[in-house]
Amino acid sequence: MIYRFTCIVCPLGCSIEVEVENGEVKEVRGYKCPRGMEWAVQEVISPKRVVMTVIPVEGGALPTVSVKTAEPVPKEKIPELMRFLAKLKLKAPVNVGQVVAEWEGIKIVATRGA
Amino acid sequence: MEPMPQIPILSYDVVVIGGGPAGMAAAIKARELGLNVLLLDENDYLGGILPQCIHPGFGLHYFKEELTGPEFASRLAKRLVELGVEYRTAARVLEIKNYSDLEKVVIFTSPTGVYQVWAKAIIYAAGARERHAFEIGIVGDRVAGIYTAGEAQTLMDIYGVLPGKEIVIVGSGDVGLIMARRFALEGAKVKAVVELMPYPGGLARNVMILRDFNIPLYLSHKVVEVRGKGRVQRVKVVKVDENLNEVPGSEFWIEADTLVISAGLVPNVKKLKKIGVEIDPATGGPVVNDRLETTVPGIFVAGNALLINDLVDYVAEQGELAAEGAKEFIENGGIESKKWVKVKKGQNVRLIAPHYLSGDHDVYLYLRVARPMENVELRIPGIGKKLRLPVVKPAEMIRLKLRAKEIQKASEKLTVEVVRA
Ligand SMILES: Cc1cc2nc3c(=O)[nH]c(=O)nc-3n(C[C@H](O)[C@H](O)[C@H](O)COP(=O)(O)OP(=O)(O)OC[C@H]3O[C@@H](n4cnc5c(N)ncnc54)[C@H](O)[C@@H]3O)c2cc1C
Repeated sequence: MIYRFTCIVCPLGCSIEVEVENGEVKEVRGYKCPRGMEWAVQEVISPKRVVMTVIPVEGGALPTVSVKTAEPVPKEKIPELMRFLAKLKLKAPVNVGQVVAEWEGIKIVATRGA
Repeated sequence: MEPMPQIPILSYDVVVIGGGPAGMAAAIKARELGLNVLLLDENDYLGGILPQCIHPGFGLHYFKEELTGPEFASRLAKRLVELGVEYRTAARVLEIKNYSDLEKVVIFTSPTGVYQVWAKAIIYAAGARERHAFEIGIVGDRVAGIYTAGEAQTLMDIYGVLPGKEIVIVGSGDVGLIMARRFALEGAKVKAVVELMPYPGGLARNVMILRDFNIPLYLSHKVVEVRGKGRVQRVKVVKVDENLNEVPGSEFWIEADTLVISAGLVPNVKKLKKIGVEIDPATGGPVVNDRLETTVPGIFVAGNALLINDLVDYVAEQGELAAEGAKEFIENGGIESKKWVKVKKGQNVRLIAPHYLSGDHDVYLYLRVARPMENVELRIPGIGKKLRLPVVKPAEMIRLKLRAKEIQKASEKLTVEVVRA
């Protein structure tokens, strides 16, 4: 199986191919730097993303507070995380940077105050 | 009956119009330079569009840290408050008047009434507006469920309301792609992203979103019609050829309850045009000199009102520069220079600003290319400047620093071109 990516580590945007056989990376082609190679391998083995959403807040100036995960989350766990976040409700005051919840050891941080 | 209240008159050195990153950075800098400044914004909160851009990707240059939009905005707002900058939200500027170089008037409405402010200089940082469905030739029923990307973003990320369940997005620039992710994350089905050009308009890291959520991208296609009873029910898509003409017989319908238009931004310059500020058709913003002063002396401009930026960092940088310009203007009663060097667009340069350079200061030129190219050189032959670039794309703004000494080498004009290396 060959996975093809446009690298996003820097603006060069190399076209990288990762060849995987029996769940193992066999060859990586098309990268121009080690960071690009590492990124592409990570994308195949366990892609991760920072997740953001908004949570309803009572008594704030705006009806919601925006939040993000303090670290990237494995891609396949995102739907589960979103279902967890959808149940949350907050009360003002909330400050930027405040940890408003935690999910499987991952901190959920407010990015807007209320 | 109470007597008619008189319009209160306020007086400042400089009025900043717009409380987004450009306006906040300008107001902060103006205050730091010792000017008496008032910042006005029509929203109920500071930050411009940043509080609704809840994704990461902001501030790597300016704060040397990757922040979300609201985080970037709150850092600037905090500094503004620390410095005691006067600002008013829910304050909508209706009109600007230019009586003389050092006498300008800004009229604004607010919940406490109408005010006029006299100022010596104005920094205009009112951002951009989004292109609407009718501007890109979509016809059909007048139904609910048609939004610009920014409207949908405000609904979702400020008010917490999902605008629809089955969504078609027009435009694959960064804004369209980022919205596709937000819809998909929140559980809506993004049925298609439809892009007129043969390549996606956004950065590679945002194009990846489509793969993450299995969203189909139709390149060389356009949405031409929307139908529904009361609410959007389906949209008609048609293929285009290399000259962007519709291919007969290629049309098909996509069922959706929502159509989101992300077809680009246009600098918001109506009020400037009214007082005779010259507009550059290429940027859509004002013609400016290296202090970001428009062709009306004492009126400065920064951020997306100047030209559409893709990085907030450059927007804030322009705000600071405009504030320095305002300071110089007020102190000297005008910005003078022995001679202006005109910046001209050469090969594969679609737009560029500032338009006139004095050679008194180092400057940043901001430019965009017309088409993607690899292995290029950005050249200014008149002064022997060369810069190698591995790739250039219309979606990525190029920023180039020129030193005063280099500019002084130019005669009356300086042509910037992007050519094969
Ligand atoms: C969806 C989206 C995603 C983005 N993603 C990124 C990213 O990942 N990284 C990045 O660096 N940049 C990103 N940007 C770009 C960046 O956000 C903008 O370039 C920047 O916010 C523009 O700032 P501004 O101050 O010029 O305008 P704005 O933020 O638009 O502020 C203009 C302000 O002027 C006010 N105003 C207008 N008219 C009047 C009036 N008559 N009276 C009073 N007030 C008025 C408005 O209310 C508004 O608050 C993104 C933009 C969008 C839309």
